[in-house]
Amino acid sequence: MSNEIAPQQSHDVENADEQALLTQASAASAARKAEYKELAIQGLWKNNPGLVQLLGLCPLLAVTSTVTNALGLGLATLLVLICSNITVSAIRRWVPKEIRIPIFVLIIAAFVTCVQLIMNAFTYGIYQSLGIFLPLIVTNCAIIGRAEAYASKNPVGKSAFDGLMMGLGFTIILLLLGVIREVLGQGTIFDGANLLFGDWASVLRIEVMQLDSQFLLAILPPGAFIAMGILIALKNAIDNHIKAKKVVHTEQVIERVRVNFDS
Amino acid sequence: MAFWIASSPHNHNHTKTPNLMRLVMYATLPGVLAQWYFFGWGNLIHIGLAMTTALLCEYTVLSLRKKPITHELLDGSGLLTALLLGICLPALAPWWISVIGTMFAIVIAKQLYGGLGHNPFNPAMVGYVMLLVSFPLQMTQWQPPLSLVTVDLNFINTLTTIFTGFTIDGYSVEQVRTTIDGITMATPLDTLKTNISLGLTVLESISNPVFGNNFSLGWEWVNAGFLLGGLFLISKKAIAWQTPVSFLLSLFICSLIGFSLSPDSSASTMFHWFSGATMLGAFFILTDPVSGATSNRGRFIVGLLAGLLVYLIRTTGGYPDGVAFAVLLCNMSAPLIDQYTRPRTYGHLKGDK
Repeated sequence: MSNEIAPQQSHDVENADEQALLTQASAASAARKAEYKELAIQGLWKNNPGLVQLLGLCPLLAVTSTVTNALGLGLATLLVLICSNITVSAIRRWVPKEIRIPIFVLIIAAFVTCVQLIMNAFTYGIYQSLGIFLPLIVTNCAIIGRAEAYASKNPVGKSAFDGLMMGLGFTIILLLLGVIREVLGQGTIFDGANLLFGDWASVLRIEVMQLDSQFLLAILPPGAFIAMGILIALKNAIDNHIKAKKVVHTEQVIERVRVNFDS
Repeated sequence: MAFWIASSPHNHNHTKTPNLMRLVMYATLPGVLAQWYFFGWGNLIHIGLAMTTALLCEYTVLSLRKKPITHELLDGSGLLTALLLGICLPALAPWWISVIGTMFAIVIAKQLYGGLGHNPFNPAMVGYVMLLVSFPLQMTQWQPPLSLVTVDLNFINTLTTIFTGFTIDGYSVEQVRTTIDGITMATPLDTLKTNISLGLTVLESISNPVFGNNFSLGWEWVNAGFLLGGLFLISKKAIAWQTPVSFLLSLFICSLIGFSLSPDSSASTMFHWFSGATMLGAFFILTDPVSGATSNRGRFIVGLLAGLLVYLIRTTGGYPDGVAFAVLLCNMSAPLIDQYTRPRTYGHLKGDK
């Protein structure tokens, strides 16, 4: 009997093991999904490098006078951020803690050089209009911040995704600022898009309104600061709105008879 | 019974904000009338436009901020801002200039910082500087005094010029500003600056008709009007005398030094006093109780600094007149000046904390 039962039992055990493994796997995949979701939310909204961390303000404010420039810099930053996150994460076990910052900077500088050379070769117009802000991506705190805070402690896949989401969050803010400033300043969107995408892209140019004279403030740096402040205020207002909606009044009001000496 | 112990000041005169604002508005009347007499209806139309915009903007922002609307809307501070901005604008500037300027002044420079009493900068000057930086072409098209203009600039003509850019007979702003000889007229300050950069002496450039017989045609009377209104305000104790006196003194000393060093390339002291926005700035802008310094010594220092800055901007800067920039720079430094000019507390020794 026992002999007959034993394999059955073992089979059951195996089954149970398999099930446990399966549940474990599904739990792990669910956890991983949740983690990726969290990474996306953090990068795009809760911890947006442009709106919340306020990192990389220098290029953010300097080059967003047109949508094309903003998109060019956003894409360059996105690419550098993903590549540097992957590299930093891949070599994280062999990097001595004491000299990690110079190593991160070297890695980032290498990728920025690549991006700069690529843009110089293929999108020369945008390369010229971005000017010094393209090489300055090396010192963009958003990139070294992600390398230090996330990529140096997490596996490659997650780091790459984190870089993608943070870069997207940064690019979206750049684009928004670019749209606001270009519409207010020149009344157009995607003016000079052919510099970035090639000749076909000149059809992208939209004339929103005809302005007799440019609204210089929107194009000059103060306009960037004001628009940025309004965007941050808008984000805070949305957050407050969501928070106010979520609050459920669970406190029960307990009425007590107060006994005063006056009464 | 306990004594209620309050901090100083103990002597109140119970003047409410609307009363003070109304008094200041009345005090601008002589200057505004002089402006109307010499330059026509333009500034009055701009003041009206700016006031309407100010009320609308303030109403919108106050209702968004859920503030008591009637109380804050009618305290007169927004209207005063609009009035000052309307006075500063070139008379024939297009209508959207005053609308955009007032919107910026009220919404961004005043309400976004927390409303009356919380704005670090004078809202009217912020609006003016924003316009000057953003629309340099429209903001420098100054209209010459009526006596020099060949086109009849009556009310209707001015109105159509402001709203459409042309008079009824189809003259553009550029044509209105052009003399019979085909030369575009500018303000005296502007003309002087251009002439000196061209190598002419002051005496040679003063022969230009925009200078009139005394210092600067029209402008001198506008400035005299604002001086009169300012003296009225000082006599009513609505503003402190320290700021305007030190400002005018500082401008006087600076221009005197400049004039005695090289009389050929620097204008006289009285020209600096009675042209541009000197008197308006001295009595109505710098004395803003919110954005200026609060201690008496501090006010004195702010006035001195503003006078020096105005002189430097007028003589060596890129703009012909620098009152607005000087005021903003002084507003910026007012908290620091206040920090170091705190008056001695009664009963404490000098240097005692």
